[in-house]
Order: sequence, then structure tokens, then C-alpha cells
Amino acid sequence: MYQWRMIRSATAILSFFSKASIAYTFVETEASMAAASFGVSSAAVQAVKSSASPLPSLPVIRSEARPISGRINRSRNAGKIATHAVAAQTENPASAASKPGHEVLLFEALREGLEEEMERDPRVCIFGEDVGHYGGSYKVSKGLADKYGDLRVLDTPIAENSFTGMAVGAAMTGLRPVVEGMNMGFLLLAFNQISDNCGMLHYTSGGQFTIPTVIRGPGGVGRQLGAEHSQRLESYFQSIPGIQMVACSTPYNAKGLMKAAIRSENPVVLFEHVLLYNLKERIPDEEYVVSLEEAEMVRPGEHVTILTYSRMRYHVMQAAKTLVNKGYDPEVIDIRSLKPFDLYTIGNSIKKTHKVLIVEECMRTGGIGASLTAAINENFNDYLDAPIVCLSSQDVPTPYAGTLEEVTVVQPSQIVTAVEQLCR
Amino acid sequence: MAMALTRRNLHLLCPIFSARLLTTASTSPITIETSLPFTAHNIDPPSRSVQTSPQELLSFFRDMALMRRMEIAADSLYKAKLIRGFCHLYDGQEAVAIGMEAAITRKDCIITAYRDHCLFLGRGGTLLEAFAELMGRKDGCSKGKGGSMHFYKKDGGFYGGHGIVGAQIPLGCGLAFAQKYSKDDNVSFMMYGDGAANQGQLFEALNMAALWDLPAILVCENNHYGMGTAEWRAAKSPAYFKRGDYVPGLKVDGMDALAVKQACKFAKEHALKNGPIILEMDTYRYHGHSMSDPGSTYRTRDEISGIRQERDPVERVRKLILAHDIATEKEMKDNEKEVRKEVDEAIAKAKEIPSPDPSELFTNVYVKGLGVEAFGADRKELRAVLP
Repeated sequence: MYQWRMIRSATAILSFFSKASIAYTFVETEASMAAASFGVSSAAVQAVKSSASPLPSLPVIRSEARPISGRINRSRNAGKIATHAVAAQTENPASAASKPGHEVLLFEALREGLEEEMERDPRVCIFGEDVGHYGGSYKVSKGLADKYGDLRVLDTPIAENSFTGMAVGAAMTGLRPVVEGMNMGFLLLAFNQISDNCGMLHYTSGGQFTIPTVIRGPGGVGRQLGAEHSQRLESYFQSIPGIQMVACSTPYNAKGLMKAAIRSENPVVLFEHVLLYNLKERIPDEEYVVSLEEAEMVRPGEHVTILTYSRMRYHVMQAAKTLVNKGYDPEVIDIRSLKPFDLYTIGNSIKKTHKVLIVEECMRTGGIGASLTAAINENFNDYLDAPIVCLSSQDVPTPYAGTLEEVTVVQPSQIVTAVEQLCR
Repeated sequence: MAMALTRRNLHLLCPIFSARLLTTASTSPITIETSLPFTAHNIDPPSRSVQTSPQELLSFFRDMALMRRMEIAADSLYKAKLIRGFCHLYDGQEAVAIGMEAAITRKDCIITAYRDHCLFLGRGGTLLEAFAELMGRKDGCSKGKGGSMHFYKKDGGFYGGHGIVGAQIPLGCGLAFAQKYSKDDNVSFMMYGDGAANQGQLFEALNMAALWDLPAILVCENNHYGMGTAEWRAAKSPAYFKRGDYVPGLKVDGMDALAVKQACKFAKEHALKNGPIILEMDTYRYHGHSMSDPGSTYRTRDEISGIRQERDPVERVRKLILAHDIATEKEMKDNEKEVRKEVDEAIAKAKEIPSPDPSELFTNVYVKGLGVEAFGADRKELRAVLP
């Protein structure tokens, strides 16, 4: 039993290091990737399974859907797209011109992802307010209407309920619409369409219809935008059966997640953040797709696992700098996939560090952190040395005053304090 | 049994029924006047004379009798507790389904609300699939996971089957959008009731459909009662066909299958050229809103029986057939007996079908396998791997 667990963690660590050391890993094309995720295990897992034949009686959620680990990848080099393409890490801050890839802002990365997918598949279309001629309220679809026409980049009237419903109806016939909510909070008006029609039609029709929509938009607390424009709605959507939720945080994963979401046959809700649109990063030139169900290891460590997503990643990294100076070694994971949780990566991390801190921007009550706490407690209770600490934003409507708004969300100093208390 | 060769279902994969009478009936055209003239809003109404044929009339009768029989059988199955939950019956409104099918092809899309059993049949669904789904068996059209309000038939162009009032209208708008996007000359019919006509989504969808000239036809099946509320108590203006304002509308006698056919043909031609149009079908349902509603607390029995005597769609077609000497009384009665037998056989077969397997609980939640395992309540027993 323990041997099995050790083999798993060893494989995970090895696979991580192998990924970090090589610049690009290639996996199969999309079709075979889908086949792979149906439980065609990597060689490592197969070795494990043959050594410990019955399932362990202690339940562990394993996500079989993770792409195959780095070392195995190179032997199956048949791919057209890269799922782990990484621009060469900035080990030496030498001249920018010599590095591969190109620098983009996050909204440009989203646009690149959209454009590439629209180029590739004529069925992809965009619905939203001011996405066409105006170029998108956050410039995500700038220039696309000129290129693809008014029907493919459709400026809708201000009728969220209906145009989300329209997107679902169009998806039932085979189109792949990308619905933009100007702010995630506006999509509350379309909640019925998202929950009942988008999420459940595949099930209630017995599999006859697939709804390959992407519903995206900025959410989260911005700079003094007021309560109704600073909503954190991941908590509301997370119980809808049938949809997947992802949150992007860097230009790299924004573009990758956008492309993966468009290619996915399931409805995907892609959460962006108002304050992250101007982040700059160097991303690879060639095409890459990021797995929708995988978490990202931001900073490996030994002492504590910090789980976060979206904007809070940056607060956590800021706190991590302080923590490192104080002698702690936090492991930071950007969970990215909010539904379903990547319990595989998270579990491996917990098995290593035995302490968990969740930092999120969602509300305390019924938020992503609350669900994650429950999931971790259920599955990895034996590995925890201390109760899980969850830092969420306060259960209040976001106030307008700047000072109050700052206190609504989790600040780096609170994260540092929490880690110190956890690691005592 | 030989394939029925009506004009309407020549291109069908499987006919709803077949009858010796139909194959021998002639296809020579007859012209019949509709019972009432059309009332139009912002458009010139079509003519009252409808082209039909003996074969078509016979098929109308047969189909409507089948639908009527199915709904009544569903009523008794519900009372026998074989159908549970919600069951919304369509008897009295069959002419709308039949007339619409006569005017369109299977490539055109129909989407409706929860009163969908007969429309499902009209789009090519079989009795067995319908009853199995109603009884929650695994061979139902949605594998038993949808129920009465979630009948779908993708290859027949039937997009359901929706429980939330009014939510199907934007979906239908999306269907029309996709048809315009793919540039195929087909239209989408979005059906809703007089109760749903007060939903905001409808006006949002109308605006968008008119703005982009989508081939959308909005069909209001006005049976005058939104569950228990009469239309004059829910709507300031019950002229639902006029509510489109800039969108033209047509009011049709929904108990006359030929009038419905004429209106739908007219609407299809209009929608392909000029964008959306509203059709208001003046119809009536004999049952209550659903099986839990007796249907007599908000209307009198005299009203119901009055309409049954004067405007019943099946009777009207029967009288037409007899008046034009297409078939004899006895042949019609035999037809009805055959229909009854067909329905009874389908029910008997459907009762034999088992319930879906427990593993089906987790299928079709997602399309792509996420490989996540789902455990039982105490997390010790592996229930299923989400496929």
C-alpha cells in the first residue's frame, strides 16, 4: 500500500522535473488525447497497477485524465500541438531578442487563442456585447470582426439571457460559440440558460446533443468598480452538473485554456479577472493547448501547499517572496481547473507537505475554497498534519471605498501570517 | 406493413404508421377552404384555400387519432402510477403538430416547451420510444433520463422538450442563427404558449431575430390558459400575434389542420426571405395543464365539451373525409381501432423494457471522459468512473 503511494509520488516528482528540464514536450493530437484521457494509463501508472493489483481500500481520487508525463511523451512524438510547450525559462535575464516566443499582454494572448481557433474551425463564432465593431470592452476581440465578418463576431443587444440561450441553441446544431459576458456578474441574468440548457442538455437528451460553448468574461474585484461589478461568481456556477470551469491567470495559460475550452466538447466557463488583462509575459510562438483539468505548479516547495487561482496567485507569489526570506519553502499551485479539481496534483503536493492553505478571491460561504476544503478533507485526511486554512474574500458586497475594498480581498500580509501559523 | 406514401413523409426514415387505406388513396389535389380567415398584422394574409389531397387528409386523420390515443393512454398510465412527475398532455392541440409537419421538412427545426409528446411523434419519434421515456425505461428517447418534458430527436430536427417556460425561445433563435450561418434554406419553429408570451426572453429573442433577419418562426400555441390563469388575467393585450410590433404576425385557427398547414407554409417562405414572423395558433387543450391539474377549477365543463363538439380537430378532418367520400364510416372506425391496437402494443412492449442501469447515472454528464472516479456516500466503495 505504502509502496504504491511512494511509487506514485516518485513518478509525479520525476515527471515534474523531467518537464521542467526540457523546453517542449509533445503529445498526440486532440483525438488521441481524448482517447488517452479515457483511462489509457501512462506506462508509470500501469507499472503501479500491476504491482498492487486490487484497488486500495483507502479511497484516493485519481484523475486519470492527466496528460502523459514528460518522459513518456518524447517516445510518442507524433504530435501536432504541444500541451506543455514552455517558453525557455528566464534563467538569465539576458537580451530579450535572443529568447524564443513573443511578448504579449493577457488580453492579446486571449485574442491570439480566439483568432487561431476561428482560423482553424469555421464553426467558431463569438457572441457578446460590443465584441464586434468596438473590439470588445477589454479589447479581447479587437480586429476579429474586420477579419471574420459581423455574423461570426456578433454584436448582440444587451440581452444576456437570450444571447446565451442563442449560443446554446446554435451549439445544439454544431456551431461552437464563444459567449462573452462583459462582466461575469451580468451572466447571472443568463443563469437559467447556463445551468439548465448549457449544463444539462447533454444529459437530458440522453447524449444526443453536445453543447460545445465557451462562456467567458472578466470577474473578480477590480479597482473600485462597485459591488455589482465586482462579483465573484465561481461559487454560483460550481454546482451545475455538466459544465467545466477554468480560471486563467497568466497570458500563457490564458491562451492555452481559451484554445482548449473552444476545442472541448463540453460547455466550459472561463473565468478571467479584470485586473489581470494587462499582464505581460513571453509565450511560445508555436501552437499549444493547455489541459483543462490540470493544475499548474507555480513554485515547488516543501513546507506548505498553497492552492490558489486567478488574481490571488500574484498575492501568493508576493507573500512567497516574504516567506522565503523568513526561511519558509511554500509550494504554490495554481489550481486553474475549478471544476473538476485536479486532485491528483493537489494530492501529490499534500502528501509531500502535509499542510494546506487555500487562498482565493471567492466568497467564504459556499465558495471554491469551501468545496476544495471538503474535497481535500475527504480524500487526503490522513496526510494532513493540521486543519486546512482557507483564506477567502469576505462575505460582503464589495464596497466602493478603496481602503474597504482592499480589506475585502486577501492581502499578502494575511497569507504570510497564515503560513507562519500553519507551520508552527 | 407497406410504407405510407404521403407527400409529407416521403423523405422520412420511418413513417409514423402505415395503413392499407393510405396506399390506395389518391393524391389528386382537392382544395378546401379553411374554417376561418386569417387575421394578419403588418403583412398580407395567405389565401383561405388550401391545397390538399385525399391521401393527406387520411394521413392527417390517422396521425391525429394516434396522437390523441397516445395522450389518453398516457393519462391512464399516469393514473396507474407508471408515469410519475409531470405529464403535460396535448390532446385537443394535435392539429398544430400535424399541420406544421405537413408544411415543412425534417431539416427544419422545431423546438417547443414541455407539451412535447405529439411533436416528438410528428418528427419521426416512435410510440415505443415515447412510452419508454415516459415510464423512465432505458430505451426511451433520452435513455430514460429526461422524462416527459425532455423528448429530443436530433435526426428528426426536434430540439425538445424544455421545462423552463420561455427558455426555449432564445434556443430556437440560436437554431435559426445556425441555419443562417450555414446558409442552408431551412427555418426554425419556436413554439411557446400564451403563458410564455409574457416572458422577457421572447422579446429579446424577437429583437435579435428581426435585427439579423434570422429564419425564425415563433409559434404561439394559444390555448387560452397559462396553467390556471386565463389569458385575459395574465396579459393586457391577448393579441399575441401583434406583440411583435415590427415583426409581422398571423392569427390562425389552431384546431384546423389545413389552416395550420397553410400558415406554416406561408411563414416558411416569409422567414427565408424577410426574417421572423409570429404565428398565433388559436387552440385548446382538453386536459388540465398537467396531470395534477383537473382542468375544471378555472374553466367550466360546458366550455370544454362545447369546444369538443364544435372545434375538435380530429372530428373536423373526419367530417372532411366523409364529405369528400374519401373513405367510409366503417373504414374510419377500423382505422381508429388499428390505432388503438398500435398504442396498446407499444405500451405493452414499453412496460417490458427495464429501467436504466445504475451506471447510467454518470454517463452523458460530460462528453469527454474526465476519468474522475465517483465514490459512494461513505467513500469506501467505488461506484463509477465518470466516463
